[in-house]
Amino acid sequence: MKKLAIINGRVIDPSQKLDAARTIFIEDGKIKKITDSKKTDASYEVINAKGCIVSPGFIDLHTHLRDPGFEYREDLESGSQSAAAGGFTTILCMANTSPVNDNASITGMIVKRAKEVGLVNILPIGAITKDLKGKEMAEIGEMVSAGAVAISDDGRPVMNGQLMRHALEYAKRFKIPVVTHAEDCTLSAGGHMHEGKVSCRLGIKGVPSAAEETMIQRDILLSDLTGHRLHVAHVSTKRGIEMIAQAKKDRLLVTCEVTPHHLTLTDETCTEYNTNAKVNPPLRTQADCDALIRAINDGVVDAIATDHAPHAMDEKVCGFDHANCGMIGMETALPVVLQLVHAKKITLKKMIELFTIGPAKAFNLKSGTLKIGATADIAIFDPKATNKIDADSFYSKSKNSPFHGMNLRGKIKFTICGGKVVYS
Amino acid sequence: MSFKHILSIRDLSKKDCELILETAKNLKEISTRAVKKVPALRGKTVILCFFESSTRTRASFEIAAKWLSADTISFSSSGSSLSKGESVLDTVKNLEAMRPDILVVRHASSGIPQLFAKHLQCSVINAGDGQHEHPSQALLDLMTIQEHKKRIEGLHVAIIGDILHSRVARSNILLLKKMGAKVSLAGPASLIPKEMAQYDVKISHDIREVIPSADCIMMLRVQRERQEECFFPSLREYARFFGLNKETMKHAKKDVIILHPGPVNRGVEISPEVADGPHSVILDQVSNGVAVRMALLYLVCGGESQK
Repeated sequence: MKKLAIINGRVIDPSQKLDAARTIFIEDGKIKKITDSKKTDASYEVINAKGCIVSPGFIDLHTHLRDPGFEYREDLESGSQSAAAGGFTTILCMANTSPVNDNASITGMIVKRAKEVGLVNILPIGAITKDLKGKEMAEIGEMVSAGAVAISDDGRPVMNGQLMRHALEYAKRFKIPVVTHAEDCTLSAGGHMHEGKVSCRLGIKGVPSAAEETMIQRDILLSDLTGHRLHVAHVSTKRGIEMIAQAKKDRLLVTCEVTPHHLTLTDETCTEYNTNAKVNPPLRTQADCDALIRAINDGVVDAIATDHAPHAMDEKVCGFDHANCGMIGMETALPVVLQLVHAKKITLKKMIELFTIGPAKAFNLKSGTLKIGATADIAIFDPKATNKIDADSFYSKSKNSPFHGMNLRGKIKFTICGGKVVYS
Repeated sequence: MSFKHILSIRDLSKKDCELILETAKNLKEISTRAVKKVPALRGKTVILCFFESSTRTRASFEIAAKWLSADTISFSSSGSSLSKGESVLDTVKNLEAMRPDILVVRHASSGIPQLFAKHLQCSVINAGDGQHEHPSQALLDLMTIQEHKKRIEGLHVAIIGDILHSRVARSNILLLKKMGAKVSLAGPASLIPKEMAQYDVKISHDIREVIPSADCIMMLRVQRERQEECFFPSLREYARFFGLNKETMKHAKKDVIILHPGPVNRGVEISPEVADGPHSVILDQVSNGVAVRMALLYLVCGGESQK
């Protein structure tokens, strides 16, 4: 493997509290040295990071790669390319494939195929219940042995409290977090967007914030009862994030993630029946966005995760209530979140933390750091570069993004995974 | 003023609405002739795409188009290519390839007429989309009110019933407010979204509060399904506390008029004696429906206000 030297960049690594002009030397796929000297020799392939930030490769705790079963929307290869283009070197994929990843064979298949694609690290999240039906526990132990790093029925909640309790208890043996998609289906039934002023105007049945808040509270209490790690996926409500803040104050084993779209878009984006704005949990109000941003600055949020959810054109160009929920997000995460940095709502360092060491810590992953000896997973980006979002040019097979056409700033210039350049 | 599409009351200005009503008034006269035909839309093709079943609205649009001499085709979703799995957009694009001038669309999903207008070249008239809007209904309601009350500004209109699921309510609220009326909503709280307050309307959960001061009462249909969905315990109880009957009408104004978009659930939201009584203008609404729809078809085809 070629040796790499990254020069002229501003290295920001929150895991080492590092923010300085440094040169990074990579050998055998690992971080060999970080110095303030700019001297390299001919044995190194030089990457010029002038004007750029050099950070650990981003980690996405929440993606839907649709493989196996929905390969027309995305597969492990296009998903990997999409990730690399977005600066992500480690992505976790949810279990709602077809067949569902609720057993070791599927888990093992994903791990094997991901290695064959060989671009970024893909870590599977196994199902909590068999076939995501919410009735019987899936074989969690075997999935973990096959490579699963967490369990979740995401896409759906585990409605049965008793079952969720047992899953949290059982998971203790395997030392993996249980990820909850917090939604009370009886309260959200039939809803297609946030229940509020806009849903009233559009004549679309809404989902009240209470549908999420009641389940977040339930799962926090179950985490307390069982003493096991709970990770709350895609928090979208003010009250929800406040409950998590309280849980952390009470020193419960609770972590959480927010998506770029819940930080920057509101239910107004659904006006004109824009199906690319249809997502679960739905886009809510400015007050919710502001609360999530405040929570980031208060240290309550552990990670930004995209909930990358590819859908084909026919699944979105239709009536609003028939459209599938979800938006792609890996190739827009950086410029979208940078809007908050440019508006001085969060710092650059905090953003990088939420893309790197934050998610790594929440899930006990070894990545998210540029420490000497760590695998060379690196994202190099220009935070100021103009970036007109063009979904048609994305590596993802799907184009369902509400950010299409927006003039944002921030572009990935290089992504390095395991010491290999996987995007430039 | 050009009306390429009629999708929502929101898109129409006060002047647009006045023009539509004036045109409707002039065209209404056709219904009294022995030969109910004018050549205004001769050679124009109107396709009625009713993806949701309807009796009066469809018949109303069809009669309106035929009286104006247009060629009409009626299409409904049962027995069509839709039941064979064709997507809604494909269905209308195929119809459009036959070059109609106007598509009149009713669909159970809010926003479908907007979707069509975005992807098709021909004109689209919204005949009711999901719970969103029913512009021609609101316009014919307004026409009926103005006929009986001679004005609309400052009038108090009470809309009573299942507001949550009603596209008729949404269009009416927008139109009545646009024209200067005062609007109250009354019904069970489970059927009136609190966000309706954004329209500057009074909200009450006791119909006895709004009836005494109402100049016009608009009753909305209550569907049986809503009982199964637990919005209220039973139709019987609904009728007693939220229905218009001799008892609840006791304190109404002497000259109040009662409207209903139909079809009427006799004995539920309105008792038979009130539905058939002297205050009811329900059948006038139906006649005005044809007139208003003639006006819409005419204006969408580029007609100037007829003398």
